Amino acid sequence: MSKNKVLLTDPLDDNNPITVQVLGICSALAITVQLKAAIVMSLSVVAVMAASNVIVSILRNLIPNRIRIIVQLVVVASMVVLVDEVLRAYAYDVSKELSIFIGLIITNCIVMGRLEAFALGNGVWRSFLDGVGNAFGYGAILILVAFFRELFGSGNLLGIQVIPDALYEMGYVNNGLMLLSPMALITVGLIIWVQRSRNRKLIEKG
Amino acid sequence: MDYANLFIKSIFIENMVFAYFLGMCSYLAVSKTVKTSLGMGFAVIFVLTITVPLNFLIDKYLLQPGALAWLGPEYSELDLSFLSFIMFIAVIASMVQLVEMIVEKFSPALYGALGIFLPLIAVNCAILGGSLFMQIKDFSGIVESGIYGFGSGIGWLLAIVAIAAIREKIAYSNVPAPLKGLGITFIITGLMAIGFMSFMGIKL
Repeated sequence: MSKNKVLLTDPLDDNNPITVQVLGICSALAITVQLKAAIVMSLSVVAVMAASNVIVSILRNLIPNRIRIIVQLVVVASMVVLVDEVLRAYAYDVSKELSIFIGLIITNCIVMGRLEAFALGNGVWRSFLDGVGNAFGYGAILILVAFFRELFGSGNLLGIQVIPDALYEMGYVNNGLMLLSPMALITVGLIIWVQRSRNRKLIEKG
Repeated sequence: MDYANLFIKSIFIENMVFAYFLGMCSYLAVSKTVKTSLGMGFAVIFVLTITVPLNFLIDKYLLQPGALAWLGPEYSELDLSFLSFIMFIAVIASMVQLVEMIVEKFSPALYGALGIFLPLIAVNCAILGGSLFMQIKDFSGIVESGIYGFGSGIGWLLAIVAIAAIREKIAYSNVPAPLKGLGITFIITGLMAIGFMSFMGIKL
């Protein structure tokens, strides 16, 4: 049982998909201007990863090795289409905001990476846990980056103003640069720095 | 839209890496030396220039609402746009496979240079991103979408070669240990992106 628990907790820190495995960076950076979009994106990735990990794990003995990439892409693409249609039906504004990045979950390396590395060789329940764990690890970074960018960039959290007016009157100004793309990269870089100084065994050699 | 303008815009202002973070995974993974990053960059240009116009045709004549009107009036109400993700990724995966086979047959030297990168490209989000942006931007013709694909590819090449050159140099610097490797690469990319922001507003 504890082995299964590791599958869930490991990706949150020691084996985080973004800061350690370097998978799924693209979408992590692009949609972190607003906390809300980041949360919706994380939930979409959780759904897609859990479902596609389970499906590929069920099919793992049937898929011929040579065409497995295409089979995996089709499975992931179908799941993403489902998520996209659900978002369009129930959260149209957010779906507009995420624009092409929902579609890009298909080529998000985190999904393919876990399918290749885990679901092809493990049972259904373990693959499910691995998918959920990695998606949460991904979501955690996404939400962390979005938290800082929205807080310092627009003074809001989830669209509600949190920095008091009194501070603005004293001369505090929102940092517009936080809303632009370069700061997403720098924020992730700083998160990696903090994580690796706390967890020394992650430091790269050479 | 003016072709030259679109070309410049897709290279510098809407740079795949610095403005939209597309293709970051291979950007980080393959940028350790300038030589390999050049190979990867050319492979991306190659595939983007082929797949964007191809997906444009598929989008225009198969998927858009009413696109099937050429089959007859009874098909003119169909809207297959929900299939676009699957169609695009299938086209990209099969084109990459095809390109790999053709290159291997006719130019073994080029295959030696690009070979190992081609399979990586099927899952490079810059490629699918190019097609999805093409769909959103609503290009009017195949030439425009081709220029857009080519320009985005060049932009991606520029970005990866630049970061590879910097990483080769930074290997000799004294970076704080926890920041080494991935962390410093992120921060440098961020600074480069700030630099690329100065291209904003350029018009020919």
